[in-house]
Amino acid sequence: MTLEGVSKSYGAVTALHSVDLSMKAGEFFSILGPSGSGKTTVLRLIAGFELSDSGRVFIDQKDVTAKAPFERDVNTVFQDYALFPHMTVQQNVEYGLMVKKVGKVERAAGARAMLDVVRLGGFGDRKPGQLSGGQRQRVALARALVNKPKVLLLDEPLGALDLKLREEMQVELKAIQQRVGITFVYVTHDQGEALSMSDRVAVFNEGCIEQVGTPREIYEKPETSFVAQFVGTNNIFTADRAKALFGDALKATGSMVAIRPEQIRLSKTGMANGMSVRVIAVQYLGADTRIHVSVDKQTTVIGIGASEEYKGMLVGEDVWLTLNN
Amino acid sequence: MTAVAGAARRLTAFFRARPLARLFAVLGAPLTWLVVVYLGSLALLVASAFFKLDEFTGKSNGQLTFSNISAVVTKSAYRSLMLRSVLIAAAVTVLCLVIALPVAFYISRLASRWTKRGLIVAMLLPLWSGYLVKVYALRAMFEPGSEFGSGGFLKSVVGWSPGFGYVAVIFTLTYLWFPYMLLPVYAGLERLPNSLLDASSDLGAGSARTFWSVIMPMLIPSIAAGSIFTFALSLGDYITVKVVGGTAQMIGNIIERVLLAPNQPLAAAFTLWPVGIMLVYLAAMARLGAFKNL
Repeated sequence: MTLEGVSKSYGAVTALHSVDLSMKAGEFFSILGPSGSGKTTVLRLIAGFELSDSGRVFIDQKDVTAKAPFERDVNTVFQDYALFPHMTVQQNVEYGLMVKKVGKVERAAGARAMLDVVRLGGFGDRKPGQLSGGQRQRVALARALVNKPKVLLLDEPLGALDLKLREEMQVELKAIQQRVGITFVYVTHDQGEALSMSDRVAVFNEGCIEQVGTPREIYEKPETSFVAQFVGTNNIFTADRAKALFGDALKATGSMVAIRPEQIRLSKTGMANGMSVRVIAVQYLGADTRIHVSVDKQTTVIGIGASEEYKGMLVGEDVWLTLNN
Repeated sequence: MTAVAGAARRLTAFFRARPLARLFAVLGAPLTWLVVVYLGSLALLVASAFFKLDEFTGKSNGQLTFSNISAVVTKSAYRSLMLRSVLIAAAVTVLCLVIALPVAFYISRLASRWTKRGLIVAMLLPLWSGYLVKVYALRAMFEPGSEFGSGGFLKSVVGWSPGFGYVAVIFTLTYLWFPYMLLPVYAGLERLPNSLLDASSDLGAGSARTFWSVIMPMLIPSIAAGSIFTFALSLGDYITVKVVGGTAQMIGNIIERVLLAPNQPLAAAFTLWPVGIMLVYLAAMARLGAFKNL
């Protein structure tokens, strides 16, 4: 799967600026970005729902730039699932096979096997309206996978689910992907989702790729301040400013320095080479607590640590800040 | 002032405690209207079909008879007239549908915002002008011409006109009732999410397959709702037939003639045909989901 210099605009709005992207076979590839960053446009261009203004799209070395969606060996799981409400679950999953004129017995068996894969074995006779959000999601997945596409596109498929179900589905999606061995292209605005499931992540901003890399590379070595900010709620400073604030405690190269919240350590007891800061906000997150402190009038730093350790820190208190490298 | 306010409060308290009284206060008047005026007159119509007519006075003499009913059911001329009326109404419905589908699809899916608004207004505009105006306008269109006068628009511009007859009747009724089919079909298409069409295409279906397997099944309730208008309005029409039908006849014409004969009992017996057919038709459309989106 390769995109070469793909651009797309809607009227005066440019959604994509000459994007180059390539994915390996069998890879779980995430496209991460805020809304309006062009990530869904990339997906629609790969699927063929939109045609690019310039550039080319290759699937399995074949140029499909001008091909219609039904001529591409790609299937999509839609954000709203897009299940056909007048068909049963079984008919929904069989649809792609029926269109390809697969025999009745064979396609019924194929659909049933795929429903088993997504753990919806006994649900074939129901209508989509009788299923819960998570079940519809899995039907949509089965309906796409039963066609054995080269690439499966997923457009924020977990967006409509509650947190608990979303976490379960993340694990399940990854397991299914490894079992079927199909390339997954997963669009999301949730950095946690992208980091936890992907082999590689592309971070998009304003129609351009900011960085492509493994989740670890993206999180630990962000190449741009946007990536640092979007992926890790990071504290970003110019090199000079960082030097002035934290002195030599910071081993940094390059013009910008990003400090991840978990690198910040706060303590009520004075510490050598510590810096006195004032707590301005405390967010209790369960296992962790996030604390915003002001270093000076202009600068706020966000730190995160175990709630156990940070309990008793109050807004307005002066505490000591040190850096973990 | 306080007395009025106190009375209002007492009234509110009265209705608050009595849900039945509340229901009657809200629905009483419209329900009475519906039952007395609408259903009552229908009942009178059915009842009058069983009265015997005095040949000399032209009035009912109070005796009961089945002869009116048996005449309209058994006479083959009446039966074939009824069948013809049903076929005309069906042809009008099918024509309306065949035209409405692509037009509604274009308006809802392809047209730009302003084109869309313009087209909807254009489609609804004819509803704001009178029935007779439109029918006579179409008469001018179909006028075949004779040795005494030149023909209408079709004859003089196209050089050919079907003249007055069944073709003109079907065309005119289609023109008259088209908006009633277009609107529900358009509304149905608007309700159809784009992602369903994308999904069908994504799963390998071409446009024809998507149309028959996804769009049509989901539009059936809308089409059924629209067809009730086009079918019922066509079945009961008699003015269009008189204006552009030439020698053509529909059930409405017979009813009118018999009524003015005057033979109210026989006319009433005739109306039982379209009433019965419409009841069957409504039941069939209800099964297709025509009333699901009310």
